[in-house]
Amino acid sequence: MKRRKFLKLAGISAAVAGGVPSFLLREVKARSYTPPPGALTARRWGMAIDMKKCWEHPECNDCIKACHAAHNVPEIPEKKKEIKWIWKDEFEHVFPEQPNEFNNIVFEHKPFILLCNHCKHPPCVRVCPTKATFKREDGIVMMDFHRCIGCRFCMAACPFGARSFNWVDPRPYIQEFNPEFPTRMKGVVEKCLFCYERLEKGQLPACVEACKHKALIFGDLEDENSEISRILKERFSIRRKAELGTEPSIFYLIG
Amino acid sequence: MYNSNKVIPGIIIFVLIVTFPIWLNHGKAVSAPKPILPEGRCVESKEFMRANHMQLLKEWRVLAIREGMRIYTSSDGSRFWIGLQNGCMKCHHNKQQFCDKCHDFASVKPYCWNCHIPPETKEFGTAKATRLLKLFRIPVDLREGAKPKHGEHGGHGEIDKGGEH
Amino acid sequence: MFEKALKGSRKYWLWLGFLGTLILIGFLAFLAQLQYGLGITGMSRDVSWGFYVAQFTFLVGVAASGVMVVLPYYLHNHKVFGPLTIFGEFLAIAAVIMCLLFIIVDIGQTPRLFNVLLHPTPNSMLFYDMIVLNGYLALNVICGWAALHGEYKGTKYPNWVKPFIYLSIPWAFSIHTVTAFLYAGLPGRHFWLTAVMAPRFLASAFCSGPALLLLALLIVKKVSKFDPGQKAIDTLSKIITYALLANIFLFACELFTAFYSNIPGHMYPIIYLFKGLHGHNEWVIFMWTAWLFMLIAAILLVIPHTRKNINTLAFACVILFIGAWIDKGIGLLTGGFTPTPFETITPYRPTIPELLISIGIWATGFLIMTVLFKIAITVKEARA
Repeated sequence: MKRRKFLKLAGISAAVAGGVPSFLLREVKARSYTPPPGALTARRWGMAIDMKKCWEHPECNDCIKACHAAHNVPEIPEKKKEIKWIWKDEFEHVFPEQPNEFNNIVFEHKPFILLCNHCKHPPCVRVCPTKATFKREDGIVMMDFHRCIGCRFCMAACPFGARSFNWVDPRPYIQEFNPEFPTRMKGVVEKCLFCYERLEKGQLPACVEACKHKALIFGDLEDENSEISRILKERFSIRRKAELGTEPSIFYLIG
Repeated sequence: MYNSNKVIPGIIIFVLIVTFPIWLNHGKAVSAPKPILPEGRCVESKEFMRANHMQLLKEWRVLAIREGMRIYTSSDGSRFWIGLQNGCMKCHHNKQQFCDKCHDFASVKPYCWNCHIPPETKEFGTAKATRLLKLFRIPVDLREGAKPKHGEHGGHGEIDKGGEH
Repeated sequence: MFEKALKGSRKYWLWLGFLGTLILIGFLAFLAQLQYGLGITGMSRDVSWGFYVAQFTFLVGVAASGVMVVLPYYLHNHKVFGPLTIFGEFLAIAAVIMCLLFIIVDIGQTPRLFNVLLHPTPNSMLFYDMIVLNGYLALNVICGWAALHGEYKGTKYPNWVKPFIYLSIPWAFSIHTVTAFLYAGLPGRHFWLTAVMAPRFLASAFCSGPALLLLALLIVKKVSKFDPGQKAIDTLSKIITYALLANIFLFACELFTAFYSNIPGHMYPIIYLFKGLHGHNEWVIFMWTAWLFMLIAAILLVIPHTRKNINTLAFACVILFIGAWIDKGIGLLTGGFTPTPFETITPYRPTIPELLISIGIWATGFLIMTVLFKIAITVKEARA
């Protein structure tokens, strides 16, 4: 299986190299591009968040800290202009269409972990006028920060409030930075990217790795044998605003 | 020609203004910059990189970010991890001694470093106030604006605990 | 013909100087925004579009409304509009340029604006918006200028312009439809997710735009020898009346659907705008002003006596324009973003630099309009 995949990718990369402009071919014979060996791959990445485990440790913010440190997410003091990739909010805000005036014990004001849903049919991708945000074959809704013009159409289109905009230069608000990852510049939109840069190196997303309570389960939704697929079959889970048909890839295990 | 007494001096003045930088720098020799190069061969030959690094970097960034192609096999068969911070700058340890040397000389300002972090960076500076920002009384440091002001009631996007749902 | 714009009265130059000053201030504020980022505006993570996009949306309507004088003349041979088509087209030129400027100042990475052309993306409505707006600008420049040149030479417009004129008519409808589609296709923004968005956009455009045109013509009549004619004014005011009534009707449809269905998501934005929600009532006074203005204007316009009286007509046009501007500009935008996807409320308040930039762009539009109208009037006066 792995071998076959490798051969497939080698073929693709040969095709890509074939499309290289002629100026690059002058001194080239073997020039080619390939995906990194040892990368984690999937047909559709997804995440299940075990809220029951999460609620046992209300003071824990390890996933948020790990993510924001790994990706140089600034701490903007003015809340209206803040930037966040993964954060917490209460049940009533996360699932505003699920009001239940009699269920005031189980979920009331309970915090939920929020991040980009990496929807199967992402409205943000649909509206982007430059393909700066696009969906990868493995389901990750990706950002090409080089290309974003900052029109913020994606922010209007996202029903989950997953996207943040750099209203100012974010750098003065980054205390300690990760030299392996870039920052962003003013005027572009950003959000969770499912740690594509870690998957490439064969590592799990930073939030998943940081959770010592194993509440974040990351895996291939289309692989029947993956841990996430098994858990989703066994336990009751909900997705945010499923009625909008975007088909989020983030599942909240609440039963 | 009509108005030739105005038109001809006008043309001469225009040409002088346009060519002003040439006259200003005329006869001054400026030595070519000497960027500090690390030992060994880059991903391609020195000559190729000098002529084509911008196109190569652009191609890299498209293929790595958009197609997931992180590995570059060069013309002599060696393989490299594509990346600016995690590729190029692992050998070229200093942006000022390398990139800036020629870019400053040629007066080109690529915006790579608005996001990418040069290896020699210790910390990011604070936001700077310019005369223009002061003119419009724009609070340059958001930390100051974030302190709660007297008389300003809530709002500002905090969670509305009291809201009906 | 541009030389016609260079000879004018003291008042004309004072007016241009005043607009120029506003443009300069706005431009300085824009430079500050380029330095600092869109953080100089009142927009936020939750209300990520604001005053700029609101003005853009409203002005697309004004641009489209030029068709309301072009269509009756060319399709129905309504002769009294003959002398007015040029003004409709010139108004459209000024409005489209303002639209484009508002987009430019709203973009976070202004230098990358042309990525929209470098990476054309047909699944994005903005792609079509770019095409229809620039196309509409080109069409109006061609048609307006050719028609004026014909008048200058004392001939009819040349025949080759005709296809462009006919094309410009559906094109006008398209620009505002596409602009409505920017909003109406977004899941999870209840206030915008409505099929009557495009019709309502057209209705409000076809009342507010001609209202502005009518006011401009009344000023033209005062300051020059050109008289648009009582009949033309009558027809124009009737068009305004019908469009305004359609706008009110379509808004009533929105109210019915939201409140009879009793679906919270559909009701909340309207409640927020007109009554306040969770203790936030930033826009209540504005929204009531807007709709009271539009209703009073409707009454004044429906009654023949007040519609035919030039003073009440002008008054109705002024309040109608203000009402439509508040409703479709700021009301539409904040309503779409409030409540947020989390059913919380983040108030939006434009900042001073944001308003200065906007005023600068409006001044640019008025400057273009003044100059173009001046040229047209001078040509017409010379023929008269």
